[in-house]
Amino acid sequence: MAASRFEAHARSGPDGATIALRGQIDIGAERALADAYATISAEGAATVILDFSGVGYINSTGIALIVRLLADARRDHREVRARGLSEHYREIFRITRLADYIVFEDEPAAVADGQGGPP
Amino acid sequence: MTGLTRPIRRILGRRADASDPSAVPAPPAGAEPARPTDDSSIAVDIAESDPLLAYLQSASGPVEISRLELDSPAVRELRDAGVALIVPLVSQGELIGTLNLGPRLSEQEYSTDDRRLLTTLAAQAAPAVRVAQLVAQQAVEIQARERLEQEMRVAQLIQQQFLPRELPALADWQVAAYYGPARTVGGDFYDFIELPDGRIGIVVGDVADKGVPAALVMARTHSILRGDAARLVSPARVLERANELLVPEIPTNMFVTCLYAVLDTATGHLVFANAGHNLPSVRTSDGVIELRATGMPLGLLPDMTYDEHEAVLAPGETFTLYSDGIVEAHDPGGDMFGFPRLHRLLAEKLSGSELVDHVLSELHRFTGKGWEQEDDITLVTIRRSGGWEDLAGVGTDAGRTLLDLEIAGEPGNERMAMDRVAEAVAPLALPAERVERLKTAVSEAVMNAIEYGSGGRAEVPIRIEVRATEIDLVVTVTDAGVSGPMGEAEEPDLEAKLAGEQKPRGWGLFLIKHMVDAMEVTSDGAGQTVTLTMHLEGAA
Repeated sequence: MAASRFEAHARSGPDGATIALRGQIDIGAERALADAYATISAEGAATVILDFSGVGYINSTGIALIVRLLADARRDHREVRARGLSEHYREIFRITRLADYIVFEDEPAAVADGQGGPP
Repeated sequence: MTGLTRPIRRILGRRADASDPSAVPAPPAGAEPARPTDDSSIAVDIAESDPLLAYLQSASGPVEISRLELDSPAVRELRDAGVALIVPLVSQGELIGTLNLGPRLSEQEYSTDDRRLLTTLAAQAAPAVRVAQLVAQQAVEIQARERLEQEMRVAQLIQQQFLPRELPALADWQVAAYYGPARTVGGDFYDFIELPDGRIGIVVGDVADKGVPAALVMARTHSILRGDAARLVSPARVLERANELLVPEIPTNMFVTCLYAVLDTATGHLVFANAGHNLPSVRTSDGVIELRATGMPLGLLPDMTYDEHEAVLAPGETFTLYSDGIVEAHDPGGDMFGFPRLHRLLAEKLSGSELVDHVLSELHRFTGKGWEQEDDITLVTIRRSGGWEDLAGVGTDAGRTLLDLEIAGEPGNERMAMDRVAEAVAPLALPAERVERLKTAVSEAVMNAIEYGSGGRAEVPIRIEVRATEIDLVVTVTDAGVSGPMGEAEEPDLEAKLAGEQKPRGWGLFLIKHMVDAMEVTSDGAGQTVTLTMHLEGAA
């Protein structure tokens, strides 16, 4: 199996904990993403910000990893926000309805329209 | 005696004596018939209508000419020649000649024995004579055929002397031409004439006759057109001048059809006039259209005038001229190739020599093996570069293949496949967001193929093919079906997944469906093919 290069760095900030994602989100991202969420979870942050600025590729397995992270966050009553997503992956988030549960930080119009928050 | 009938009836009168019919006969008593003066035979031709023929056909043996009461010029001539006895030569029930004998030298009448002997001789000689006649006839036919073939070689030689040695090399234009003579050489011709200001004259013509006469008229027409084209430029004026010169020169009932067009290679502007030739066509993005223009063929009537018509060839459009040898070709059942069939072929996304080859191969498929070409065939096609075909490459209705790739069925290779497909479609200049959608769809389809088709094994390959037609981009991903068919694309239940009631996976086919305009999964038993279609119309 070809390993993908993926990194996830968690850091805390005034608005919440940010997980900076870098590389491609596919099966190879599973461990790093889970570890990063565990880190911010241990810190007890109320909000998780996923920073996709360094991500060039997300496949359906990557979508499944994000769904799992989102499920964990909802279980933990943690808000999930996103920034740095390309227009193509924003569209995929809309198609998959992930956008119903994740606020796009750099798309204020969508938030204002009530499309960004969970129902 | 006139009216030579068949060579087999040129039978000779011979002298005879009492014991030997071939001996020199004595002069008959009484009349003073003309007699052979030496040992050579005399030839008497018998006309088809002469009653002697019917008489001899039914005669059972030698016939004494003095007893014949027929109003027959042949009988009179035979008598004058000194013939006394005619022995019919019959082979297979057909009178093929006669053995003519003068009187016996002994001046006695031919005896019963003589007649029996002659009858036997005739029965034995007739088949041999018939064989000799057939051999002679064959020799004459061979000679005639050789003479005809020699004439055709000369005609072809003349014809070829006046066809362009090479096609013009025009920037931004693709030119192809074909001339195929019929065995009898039908007088077709084409020409490209360089004109001032980057224009070029394009001629296709057909002389209404065959062989050397047609070739000579073709040569003359060619010279006239060449001589006047540069000076007059206007296609109508060039045809009027050619008609003026040809009318007094060419034989009655012979004429020349000709389409003459002047193309401005910088702008695609086309001016043309027609002297009774097949209408040229232009393949546009909307299909094949005929360029209408009519006029009297050259060489028939004096003082003819021709209308001039105009068109503009847009980038990607193809202008085609041809002779009737194509459309009037017949299949073994007698059906004609026809204009609709030709137009269908011209509508296919081919150009240059590919188009010419395609038309010829379809023509040969239509006419069948062993077809003897009835008329000359000429096809000239000129295409302006640019347009969709140059972006996607030129292809057939099934589309031009932009990529045909085989990858190892190993996880991770979906990214490589996705990137290769993106490179392959780059010439289509699709909007960036559509390329991204295509990449995601391809990546997901290949991932599925790796998982279900190859079982994740590198040694089980996956084939990816990308084709473009004018309206669609089609990507097929074919696997080996190792792990069986993939599931149906279902709408994932996000809420159930978030609640932990379902696994978070299962997004692949759902994503593909939303990324392309159509997705189809087919299986042939050996493996599965996922076909992704993206419409191109209006995409650029």
